[in-house]
Amino acid sequence: MKRRDVLKGVGLTTLGLAGLSPQVKAAEVFDLTDGANLAEGPDKKKEPWEPYGRTKGELERDAKLFKEQFFNKHEMKTISGLVDIIIPKDTHSGSASEAGVPDFIEFMAKDQPGLQTPLRGGLVWLDAQAKRRFEKIFVDCTAAQQIEIVEDIAYPERKKPGMSQGIAFFSLMRNLTASGFWTSKAGIADLGYVGNTPNQWDGVPEEVLKQYGLE
Amino acid sequence: MPDVHFRPDAKIYDAIIIGSGAGGGMAAYELTKAGAKVLLLEAGQHYDPADPKYMTQLKWPWQSPRRGASTRYRPFGDFDAAYGGWDIEGEPYTTKNDTTFRWFRSRMLGGRTNHWGRISLRFGPDDFKRRSIDGIGEDWPISYDEVAPFYDETDRLLGVFGTNEGLRNDPDGIFLPPPKPRLHEHMLKKANKNLGITTIPSRLSILTKKINDERGVCFYCQQCGRSCMAYADFSSSSCLVNPAAKTGNLDIIYFAMAREILTDPKTGLCTGVSYIDTETLEEKSVRGNIVVLAASACESARLLLNSKSPRFPEGLANSSGVVGKYLHDSTGASRAAIVPTLFDRKRYNEDGVGGLHVYSPWWLDNKKLDFPRGYHIEYWGGFGMPSYGFGWGIDKVNGMFPDRNGNKREAGGYGAALKDDYRRFYGAYIGMAGRGEAVPREDNYCEIDPDTVDKYGIPVLRFHYKWSDYERLQAKHMHESFEKIIHELGAIPLSDKPGPENDYGLNAPGEIIHEVGTARMGSDPKKSALNKWQQAHDVKNLFVVDGAAFPSQGDKNCTWTILALSMRASRYIVEQKNAGKL
Repeated sequence: MKRRDVLKGVGLTTLGLAGLSPQVKAAEVFDLTDGANLAEGPDKKKEPWEPYGRTKGELERDAKLFKEQFFNKHEMKTISGLVDIIIPKDTHSGSASEAGVPDFIEFMAKDQPGLQTPLRGGLVWLDAQAKRRFEKIFVDCTAAQQIEIVEDIAYPERKKPGMSQGIAFFSLMRNLTASGFWTSKAGIADLGYVGNTPNQWDGVPEEVLKQYGLE
Repeated sequence: MPDVHFRPDAKIYDAIIIGSGAGGGMAAYELTKAGAKVLLLEAGQHYDPADPKYMTQLKWPWQSPRRGASTRYRPFGDFDAAYGGWDIEGEPYTTKNDTTFRWFRSRMLGGRTNHWGRISLRFGPDDFKRRSIDGIGEDWPISYDEVAPFYDETDRLLGVFGTNEGLRNDPDGIFLPPPKPRLHEHMLKKANKNLGITTIPSRLSILTKKINDERGVCFYCQQCGRSCMAYADFSSSSCLVNPAAKTGNLDIIYFAMAREILTDPKTGLCTGVSYIDTETLEEKSVRGNIVVLAASACESARLLLNSKSPRFPEGLANSSGVVGKYLHDSTGASRAAIVPTLFDRKRYNEDGVGGLHVYSPWWLDNKKLDFPRGYHIEYWGGFGMPSYGFGWGIDKVNGMFPDRNGNKREAGGYGAALKDDYRRFYGAYIGMAGRGEAVPREDNYCEIDPDTVDKYGIPVLRFHYKWSDYERLQAKHMHESFEKIIHELGAIPLSDKPGPENDYGLNAPGEIIHEVGTARMGSDPKKSALNKWQQAHDVKNLFVVDGAAFPSQGDKNCTWTILALSMRASRYIVEQKNAGKL
């Protein structure tokens, strides 16, 4: 359901907007927040980013970050491959790269410079590992070869000797991928989060209370 | 040379208020309604959550390139309403003797009231009389009964939901209907009933019913931290400064960083305020017959200490030497857990209001415990809107539980099975945080750093603060309570119980953002800076209406008491003025 319809359904007065001059402004805002009008992630064509209540200092800083590029093409390609191994397309939703996760990671590396060395260094570590095993960099490996490496760094408790730095890097990639994917439009739809919209809270649905023995 | 700072034609205001947060907003509201010509100095910028230019409410995480992650400018996330934070460029503060103190500041109209959790608890009768009860800390010069009528008026004026429970030290109020509990809150109520831990509807200043034509009603988006476009949550800017401005009696100067309160060397009375225009770095002055200080506990202490003159060599209102001392924040400790019975929950919108729907007021008797002050517990959980950090650390969790077919899972992983784990665990996390009363101590203080100025040339604060065993043992007890609750819920804690090596998980002082006490009121001018009307003992036309005036904090959040007391002090100002005594 589109938010505008929700707005109609609930009625402005019960929304608490009655008597306020911003009624019309608010309606415009609901339109602006309608996901259908927005890109999933950093969309180069739409830069500068749609404003979302930024201060002057924030706008200046973000504009500067958007102009910079941290990862090179090769690194971006490796990141794209990795995030899709972590969160692939399935019957519910698309893959992490389809949801714009690589661009999100690129932005975060600029926004939080502390991420730069662990990410860049981790990518080099991964290529070195691939070369040692298969005499090819990671992106040139076959899917089976890539998975062979991933199996050694995706399960921290296996503690495979010599892999601890790779495990740390993969955990960071897993965390960033999850954050990027589940905060995208596709991820939120998949997760089934149905809030962030004006409504009337009237308690937990009866059948749910019953399910948990809480009537 | 009293007036050397002033332009000869400068307007003389009836009152100058420094700071537009809870205390300053209430003073502006009361004084302008009474007809006074008031000037409000705000160090930051204008802010109005109903103006799309400032609005972050109802935005989606993907509208932020950092998906809502925090930044230096918004440490509580990219959509949080507060401008400023722990670390403001050009506005340092320092510490000494291995102190860790964190100071959160907001540079905007309404100050920190645009950001907070809206938890609006009255102090109880005991909270005003701690020294009389057990000999520890200090009594207030006023009692609950003297403040109660102002709590009532604040409830009616600003709106707070809750329920009358008849709890002696958690007084009832004039409440709007509370929202019904969310699923995890029902579970907490049931578990806590078995444990004897009182758990009742929360008391938040959010409008679940219409109270006037200026403000709308809550539409349950859970985003009070982004400040409400319908003004359905309380913030000083939306609910006090706006109506004050409508009287026509209020002028506001933005980007005005107060530097010093100016006094007449002959009479010793305030004559105005000198401030730095933060955009031009020029020093300017304004004149007023009364100065009302509401810059926040620590900023107000800083201003008093920086207002030195031959007549007031230790700073203004400081003949007692207490200004800056007895600084105390609420204590805090917290724990998170995962509730396996909530895996694969049915989805529905449970955003609710911008905070907890139930809480646990202090339920025990300190006489039977090894620490003297209580705490309350706040809870979180449910289907929050995903934001940066979502899914972080799943490798610490997913190995603990068999998959849907009962097979053991290995921690971490990748691919379709991992993707499904995120769905499965969504809405199954809960958390709880204790917020307790600390005992104010003379040797926990802020003072002027002799070596450091900020970018406006104003000497900065230096903090000295240590927790004592009173607070450490309280935090230890908090974690014992958390573990009981988590166990009773059938949940699994996500971290180990902290021990003495890290103060039982106590937050660093300042982190709870309830710091108060730095210009305390009292009946003895040798032991307090303000009288019981929050009027400086030494300077009768100077008032302090923020948390600085608190002799102690209670196991409650401080905002509702700041508001009630600022209303009370403002009424006193008007009475005294009308009686020709000011």
